[in-house]
Amino acid sequence: MKKNSSSEGSLKQSFNHWKAEKYDKALKKASSKKMEYTTISGKKIKELYTPLDLDGFDYMKQLSFPGEYPYTRGIHPTMYRGRLWTMRQFSGFGTAEDTNKRYKYLLSHGQTGLSVAFHLPTLMGVDSDHPLAQGEIGKCGVAIDSLADMEILFNEIPLDKISTSMTINAPAAVLWAMYIAVAEKQGVSPKVISGTIQNDILKEYIAQKTFIFPPEPSMRLIVDTFEYGSKEVLKWNTISISGYHIREAGSTAVQELAFTLRDGIEYVEWALERGLDVEEFAPRLSFFFNAHNDFFEEVAKFRAARKIWAEVMKERFKAKDPRCWWLRFHTQTSGVSLMAQQPYNNVVRVAIQALAAVLGGSQSLHTNSLDETYALPSEEAVTIALRTQQIIAHESGVINCIDPVGGSYFIEKLTDEMEKDAKEYIRKIDDMGGMVKAIELGFPQREIADSAYLYQKAVEKKEKIIVGVNDYEMEHEPIPTLRIDEAAARQHLARLREVKKTRNNAQVAEKILDLKKAASDKQNLMPYILSCVKAYATLGEIMDSLREVYGEYQEPITY
Amino acid sequence: MTGEKIRVLVAKPGLDGHDRGAKVICRSLRDAGYEVIYTGLRRTPDEIVNAAVQEDVDVVGLSILSGAHNELFPKIMDLLKEKGADDIAVIAGGIIPDKDIPFLEKIGISKTFLPGSSTQEIADWIKKNVRKRP
Repeated sequence: MKKNSSSEGSLKQSFNHWKAEKYDKALKKASSKKMEYTTISGKKIKELYTPLDLDGFDYMKQLSFPGEYPYTRGIHPTMYRGRLWTMRQFSGFGTAEDTNKRYKYLLSHGQTGLSVAFHLPTLMGVDSDHPLAQGEIGKCGVAIDSLADMEILFNEIPLDKISTSMTINAPAAVLWAMYIAVAEKQGVSPKVISGTIQNDILKEYIAQKTFIFPPEPSMRLIVDTFEYGSKEVLKWNTISISGYHIREAGSTAVQELAFTLRDGIEYVEWALERGLDVEEFAPRLSFFFNAHNDFFEEVAKFRAARKIWAEVMKERFKAKDPRCWWLRFHTQTSGVSLMAQQPYNNVVRVAIQALAAVLGGSQSLHTNSLDETYALPSEEAVTIALRTQQIIAHESGVINCIDPVGGSYFIEKLTDEMEKDAKEYIRKIDDMGGMVKAIELGFPQREIADSAYLYQKAVEKKEKIIVGVNDYEMEHEPIPTLRIDEAAARQHLARLREVKKTRNNAQVAEKILDLKKAASDKQNLMPYILSCVKAYATLGEIMDSLREVYGEYQEPITY
Repeated sequence: MTGEKIRVLVAKPGLDGHDRGAKVICRSLRDAGYEVIYTGLRRTPDEIVNAAVQEDVDVVGLSILSGAHNELFPKIMDLLKEKGADDIAVIAGGIIPDKDIPFLEKIGISKTFLPGSSTQEIADWIKKNVRKRP
């Protein structure tokens, strides 16, 4: 791909000739009336990519080798030859007992890590006996109010051997403290446990909307977890900076990439502002992306993400340890791409998306279940989803060599353009004064809403075809779905009452008061939260005490 | 003549923050010529019914993806009745299993739009089925 002007000149001539004489003429006779080909993000794609598209391409600068800066081809020298990605199905429903059973089932069928889905009251930091929790208990995930629930959730699961990811944001510090406490009860030191808390509040304001406090105290809590983790829980990823929800809310691939990486920059800046050492906390930053339908665009997105982040950490933040430069990421296939119509087709969509994640070099993967447009997945559906990953890993052959798509004219051009477009957004947000400022201005929210609207219109005009929805429609039989019965809620509420009755309530009140004092001051809150949790203070009680100090975030209502 | 326009309240009951669909529907209905009011996230049945009455709407669209529809929708329907506003048409959308639809019809939800429904279908449904309330 090295530049050679005379051969390039003749290549250009040959290409132009092919285009005019062969391609354009043949296309005129073809039956397809489609004039423009675009990705799902609306990006125009040419008919053919050649060395002409990679003018000035420098292998060592743009790609280098796996495990070498800028890591475009992967962060590890061996990639999947050394270790497969972690197959990690996001799971949680009903009571802690129900979900514990599902975890044991998944582990016994070859899943290699856990991923906790909490129910909405937990995500919003309210207990299950709160009025807002009505009808929500155990519906969207597992109901966790106190350490007592968490002990049951991980009963007979060895926390020194299994890594656990927890999708929890505004109350992340509290759920992490509960996990640490459960490990200690199992006789496992916090130094040994490994896993991830999502802990990414910026994308909550931008997209997923499970925020509680205003940005400033939220960021403080997050930096507290960075600091505590880098000293006490060394193998823990204290954040999973997430593009997943940004994409689900309707962004394009470039917006997902750019907003996520700019969120990452924001966290680093706030941690540096606190005086933390980048070499200590940056290796524990992790990422989480969406794998959507547009196969090549997604692969290019993952590759560009690694390259941009390596450069940001090395050049912008002057980090020295290469572990700070690695963008390690989890991927989940796209929830919004699943369709209620002819739901078995979703298995195929998930397989294509999962393949993009693997070709993109993901460290960990969740594959969605075919029934998720209706309800949380049934055991049968989640098994197919897990098997999809296993088929890719063991049957498809795509893991045999590292970054098999590297060097494709199309993929390299797309990766390059993705990088340029994302950097443009990052610059724009820098100019606004950073991501917290941009969020206050409503910038990322508006960009995403605009993209979502444009996509919906494209679907309705049939510029984008969705099989079974706006074309190839037919009737389908209803599929079996998981139902969370109300007995789960009753059983869970009974335990909450029991906890509140049998714990030492004077001790709880004292610990909560200590936490409140620390919250108005500048100490790291993690030790205080741990004390509360160990005294069986509930999540709602802990979050309420912080609400009193920090207040609650009110989102401007726009559409 | 804004007084002639059908008024739609798009409401988000439940604790989930999934507002992509609700927002796309708000814009689409506005573009289709309706007067649209959006409640924002996490509204209780009380808040939704109060907004519907105060804003004097002709139709309420409930968007929910949390799975709590079987508990929250009956409360909303009861409160509308209590306030004598049960002539407001109520439609729904979100993550709702097929088998819940008969129950939702029974409590008076006029129509449930499943994932994949087009915004045009929703606009057309309102045009055909909703009249300006007296």
